[in-house]
Amino acid sequence: MPEPTVGAAQAADHFETYSAVGLLAVIGVMFVAVAFGAGRLLRPVVPTPEKLLTYECGVDPVGEGWAHTQVRYYVYAFLYVIFAVDSIFLFPWATVFAAPGYGATTLVEMFVFLGFLAVGLLYAYKKGVLAWT
Amino acid sequence: MTDVLDVALRLLVVLAVFLVLPLVVGQTEHKVMAHMQGRLGPMYAGGFHGWAQLVADGVKFAQKEDVVPKDADRRVFQLAPAVALLPYLIVLVAIPIGPGEGAVGQVVDAGIFFVLAVMGIGVLGSLMAGWASANKFSLLGALRTAAQLLAYELPMLLAAASVAMAAGTVSLPGILNAFEWWWLPWQIVGAIVFFVAGLAELQRPPFDMPVADSEIIFGAYTEYTGLRFALFLLAEYAGIVVLCGLTTVLFLGGWHGPLGADGLGWVWTLLKTAVLAFVVIWLRVTYPRLREDQLQKLAWTTLVPLALAQIALTGIVKVAIQ
Repeated sequence: MPEPTVGAAQAADHFETYSAVGLLAVIGVMFVAVAFGAGRLLRPVVPTPEKLLTYECGVDPVGEGWAHTQVRYYVYAFLYVIFAVDSIFLFPWATVFAAPGYGATTLVEMFVFLGFLAVGLLYAYKKGVLAWT
Repeated sequence: MTDVLDVALRLLVVLAVFLVLPLVVGQTEHKVMAHMQGRLGPMYAGGFHGWAQLVADGVKFAQKEDVVPKDADRRVFQLAPAVALLPYLIVLVAIPIGPGEGAVGQVVDAGIFFVLAVMGIGVLGSLMAGWASANKFSLLGALRTAAQLLAYELPMLLAAASVAMAAGTVSLPGILNAFEWWWLPWQIVGAIVFFVAGLAELQRPPFDMPVADSEIIFGAYTEYTGLRFALFLLAEYAGIVVLCGLTTVLFLGGWHGPLGADGLGWVWTLLKTAVLAFVVIWLRVTYPRLREDQLQKLAWTTLVPLALAQIALTGIVKVAIQ
């Protein structure tokens, strides 16, 4: 495990890393902008009312596009939010759990954590949430 | 000054890799799929076995008219391809291909965390496209995309956490420095879970229900033409490169290989990535598309429990060998 350096040096390092990442994001945006700009110069623009009609499946659209639909997986969405928020905490824990002085204690903690997740999943399964209705 | 030059050079190399490797994967897909199906694939463009087919496609896309439907949410519709594409460019900067600081775009401390977080943004592009198109099929496609993200982000996260536990760090070069060959059998379940979940997130067959052409035309991309459509395609193939690269780094030991550890490490990384990309194409040709309920079932009743089991195994072994 890399030893954390302290204070200003670390902050400066951090800043440098993410400024490089930010610069790449800027390059990416520029790439897309240049591509779109060049595309605008290269391509023909001949709009007709028929062309601007929503394509859908090739037949003239019926009703409006923002149609009502039943989102049947919303229960999964709840499950996902619960589980994902839990799992995020795994990462900081993962970097220290086997460090000297932890060992067996953190392992037990891990099983408690996994137990919670597993029981949650089992409960959802028993309730029939994981079956398609 | 040299520092600035160094960073600029690295970022340009990352951009070049980002623009070239997806095309290589795309062309390989043309050829491999064709041969697996007893055809030849593209043979004319460029002369030698149609090597320039994707260049020709690009030229075609660039000169096609860009149609934005009258009913569409214009700005969002136009921005969506960029949102889908750029996260993969940014992820690429953090993936190390060889040992040492020289072989990675930028060492990011929070490696795994950063990579997973940024990759998740790509899906927003599909959602934006699907919603802004004002098209029933696109909307359905976008909702299916969301469903897939919900189901597969979790096992992916858990599998990645298992590697972080094994290495005791979340930095990607740090993980590779800690890597030993026996991690391969130790983390194999996590590797499979990660790879399958990644495939699902990229909407690659057999997880391509969001873009299932025979059901909902082309999902969120139905209304797109020309350059913007091309960017969506590029995003898909860049996603394959990123997923295969990440699986290589996290689970297959990246630059470690049986020989040539010094200097030739990057060859191993590229080789492993290429093999995984081949597997991605192979799966597309082999398996039929999964239905929505089968998708959810696979994720919640198979992949999530497997990933949790992997975490338990990793924890026990790691504490036992300490």
